[in-house]
Amino acid sequence: MVTQPVENNGYYASQYEALVACLPGSDLPWLRQKRDEALASFSASGFPSPREEEWRYTNVSAIERRLFSPAPGKPGKIERGKLDAIILRDAYALVFVDGIYSDEFSSTGGLPDGVLACSIKHAMTADGERVKSWLGAGVEHERNGFISFNTAFFSDGAYIYIPSDIEVERPIQLIYVTTQNDSLACTRNLVVADSGAQAVIVETHLGLDELSYLSASVSEVFVGENSIVKWNKLQCESDRGFHFGGVYASQQSYGRFEHNNYSFGGLLVRNEVHVELAYASECNLDGLFLATGRQHVDNHTRVNHIRPKGISRETYKGILDRRAKGVFQGRIVVAEDAQKTDSAMKNRNLLLSSDAEIDTKPQLEIYADDVKCAHGVTVGELDEDAIFFLQTRGIDPVTAKNMLTFAFANEMVERISIPCLRSLVQTHLLNRFPQTNIRTEWL
Amino acid sequence: MLSIENLHVSVGDNEILKGINLQVNPGEVHAIMGPNGSGKSTLSHVLAGRSGYDIKAGSILYQGRDLSEMEPEERAREGIFLAFQYPVEIPGVSNIYLLKAALNSIRKHQGLDELDAMDFLSMVKTKTKLVEMDEKFLYRAVNEGFSGGEKKRNEILQMAVLEPRLAILDETDSGLDIDALKIVSEGVNALRSEKRSFVLVTHYQRLLDYIKPDFVHVLVDGNIVKTGDAQLALELEEKGYGWVGQSDVVEV
Repeated sequence: MVTQPVENNGYYASQYEALVACLPGSDLPWLRQKRDEALASFSASGFPSPREEEWRYTNVSAIERRLFSPAPGKPGKIERGKLDAIILRDAYALVFVDGIYSDEFSSTGGLPDGVLACSIKHAMTADGERVKSWLGAGVEHERNGFISFNTAFFSDGAYIYIPSDIEVERPIQLIYVTTQNDSLACTRNLVVADSGAQAVIVETHLGLDELSYLSASVSEVFVGENSIVKWNKLQCESDRGFHFGGVYASQQSYGRFEHNNYSFGGLLVRNEVHVELAYASECNLDGLFLATGRQHVDNHTRVNHIRPKGISRETYKGILDRRAKGVFQGRIVVAEDAQKTDSAMKNRNLLLSSDAEIDTKPQLEIYADDVKCAHGVTVGELDEDAIFFLQTRGIDPVTAKNMLTFAFANEMVERISIPCLRSLVQTHLLNRFPQTNIRTEWL
Repeated sequence: MLSIENLHVSVGDNEILKGINLQVNPGEVHAIMGPNGSGKSTLSHVLAGRSGYDIKAGSILYQGRDLSEMEPEERAREGIFLAFQYPVEIPGVSNIYLLKAALNSIRKHQGLDELDAMDFLSMVKTKTKLVEMDEKFLYRAVNEGFSGGEKKRNEILQMAVLEPRLAILDETDSGLDIDALKIVSEGVNALRSEKRSFVLVTHYQRLLDYIKPDFVHVLVDGNIVKTGDAQLALELEEKGYGWVGQSDVVEV
């Protein structure tokens, strides 16, 4: 491990100079320009600082102090068996090992005609015009240091295009595995669903063993008119891994975007979900985050109602144990033109230890006068009456507490409509309760 | 089965039970009646092992063992069951899951194997019929969104599945309409046996129209002031608690 107490920007600038020729699209002037600008912006401002309002509760100096090695073209070795823990049966799969697309592990056979699901590197030649017009259109790299960092350094990512009125019935799973210590995996994903198209995306992050690394992933999603995109994210980074994952969705009229966020792993994690709604479009954001030990998990959501009649729902639940720290920042903006907006946000948190901490900050910014907006936050402990009740039914208090904690979490998991995804998430959830004797076959 | 001698219980500085004596033998049904604040619920909570109650004096022996030495879950595994006055809602835990976890922990304690899934399910389904409960309730979260009557029936269902030796029903009749009261009572009556004892804690006599007790005890201000048979409950209904309360005050 290389530790450097001061500026790392110089380190990354020199890495960039050395590597940029091997990054995908290095021969494309427009992309090279984008990367150069992003690097300049990162060099000037660095990773976000807690002085920035949107980063008030999350200090990423642990990431700043480290010098992660971008290693494009040199993915580590992984046995197929390691993927069994996260791969969905009956789904298309795009697998990225250490930020590089793996042809060996990916399977996209049988996609409907016209649908593209491939690496973004491949898409730069196969569907170059679309990549050029959409990449960076969903989120400006200046929004924060991680996004400019990702824009400069992304070594690959997923590209998915679904033409008008096509429904992709099986989920498309994006799997990101990190296998090397001190490594940097930057991936950039682009999902475009044309009008009336439908797709289910499952974004899965897995870190092997006890590795320490930085995984920084940025996804831009374009939800066309009448189109439905259901996005699920399962984050199981290693307990020493650093994770930044942002999903930025732009919707057209009558579209629907769902984002279900299950964040279990990682030492320092920032999940961002930003959605822009159009006329009569809908979005639903669900989240469940668990942290224990010294984990820090930050969930940053933003819902922008720009046009009238949008509907948004948001429910985030957090469970913090031991010395863990959780953050929920939910911001809903209703623009002046967004009359008849209907929006509701809930955040419920369970603190299992007196050393655990949650910072929760719901924000409503309403500039229209005919809207319905509600929000509610709770922070609590396990219900003593419920623990006693379970004891009177013969269940010991440790098991009772685990059952109640699991139940609090499972409420979110039970909302998953795809059975194989539900059981995958449940399995990873149970892995986070090692002492429990809750048994999957009872669920 | 249960032998309570000179039991004094306090909550903080407040003495609630002031020297209770009660002997419950196998197969007997005891009703404990009394006005609000007499200590009825305290007695049932103490028997189930709820924390926050200090036993200042006296003893509770259950099957010859000192009950105060046993954790609530150990009491349950040894056959004590409390039906709650206010059943707890547990979102996210299904009824069937609760029943399975509870029954298996009790069976394990008794050195029995877990029931296999099919046997368990058919047994539970039989018991749901006993309390006239739709099987769909098995897959719903414990008591979440249940009506008052459904919650009480659910308590009786748990009792039927766990087959306790000593069942304590804490105001199970409160908040029940007459139909629900009948269903609950029939559930209890079906479980009466020579080996199983019941302690019914109730404010009103009407539960005893359906479940005939062997003994009725009147609890006033932390003391059992009168003990009789089922007839006593009827007298209480007619004359009110003031009647026994007065006589007690005179005796003291």
